[in-house]
Amino acid sequence: MDCTNAQTLLDGYLDGELDPVRNLEIEDHLHGCAHCSQIYGDRQVIRSALKTDSFYFKAPADLQKRIQRSVRQAAKAEAPTRWLSWSWLRVAAPLAAAALVVLMLVPFFGGPSSDELLTQDVVASHIRSLMVNHLADVRSTDEHTVKPWFNGKLDFSPPVSDLAKQGFPLIGGRLDYLNNRPVAALVYQRDKHVINVFVWPPNRTRQTSESITKQQGYNVIRWTRSGMNFWTVSDLERSQLEKFVELLNASKVSSTG
Amino acid sequence: MGGKDKLERFEQAILPHLNAAFNLARWLTRNEHDAQDMVQEASLRAFKFFDGFHGVDGRAWLLTTVRNTCYTWLEQNRCSRVTTSFDEEIHTVEEDALNPSALALKTSDMEMLKESLEELPDEFREVIVLRDLEELSYKQIAEVINAPLGTVMSRLARARARLKGILCSRLKEKP
Repeated sequence: MDCTNAQTLLDGYLDGELDPVRNLEIEDHLHGCAHCSQIYGDRQVIRSALKTDSFYFKAPADLQKRIQRSVRQAAKAEAPTRWLSWSWLRVAAPLAAAALVVLMLVPFFGGPSSDELLTQDVVASHIRSLMVNHLADVRSTDEHTVKPWFNGKLDFSPPVSDLAKQGFPLIGGRLDYLNNRPVAALVYQRDKHVINVFVWPPNRTRQTSESITKQQGYNVIRWTRSGMNFWTVSDLERSQLEKFVELLNASKVSSTG
Repeated sequence: MGGKDKLERFEQAILPHLNAAFNLARWLTRNEHDAQDMVQEASLRAFKFFDGFHGVDGRAWLLTTVRNTCYTWLEQNRCSRVTTSFDEEIHTVEEDALNPSALALKTSDMEMLKESLEELPDEFREVIVLRDLEELSYKQIAEVINAPLGTVMSRLARARARLKGILCSRLKEKP
């Protein structure tokens, strides 16, 4: 790991947000690099200063009381009795109609769903893997090297197959972290384009239906097969990525069956 | 869902996090009085939309509302404010180091660190407050500032580098 990579990941290391593999790499680098250790040391000094009481502003005692009072008032105002009178109904009916329209529009403006957040995470992971030059922990085009590498690192065994003959050579694999769990990331290549495939077993029996989305210019396809969630992301054009998914599914049938 | 039930659930899930709410508002507005207004306004707003809260993380949920309330206020008061500019793209170079033998800042330097943090752009200041003071995880911060995880990590890195830069130049100027 060089200094640029180390400094990009230094804060994740400081905050305990990196996976164990990257933690070790950073520690390795810090042992041998006085410059980065100095930066790391300074980070620790500043952080422990920030954690002293003088930096934390506690709410004044009467604020809680005031808020409690005004929230209770608001709760009273919301009480249903108010809506019983007919004069209110005359006002309420058009309001309700307007609210209905707003509600129908809400899905377009509302916050992101958990699927959207996961899509963001998948795309961010993909970008990060390209950015910090950390595509693969195990760099091999041989599926029989990549698959066993995950043994003991994950609580499942991801299906791995090389698609070099079909024009999508396997480059390697690495550990990643998505959806609150460690996942397998398999890396393939098509010409100059990198394809990340994230694999993990679903935590519920709910099947993920296949879907294709585009985010920040990346195509994302997700599907479920043989009891595993698959998410693939690449800047490859959509038809190519679809073909890749097709090949991946076909090959797995032969290798597991 | 009855009004009383809603009030009860709100008081249990949200009110315990008023300190966190006030701390964030105080760092974003940078003064006591407006911070109180922000927290009061945000709490009412949070109550109004409490039906949309599904009971996972009351603190992150309240902090999101406080943050949005503060940003609306900041927009309106932007001209009177002085901060260094926020630029996510510029790579911050850390040329200076703190005093190499120092394992902790001196008490007299604490005030300077406080001023340095206040000088940071809001977008940098808030991630440091959420992480180092409030001790939220990256995932929770991502939820509060509505940004992808990767952005949280890179923004924290830039924010801390910038904070150190400001602190170092202040320490140098010190008589």
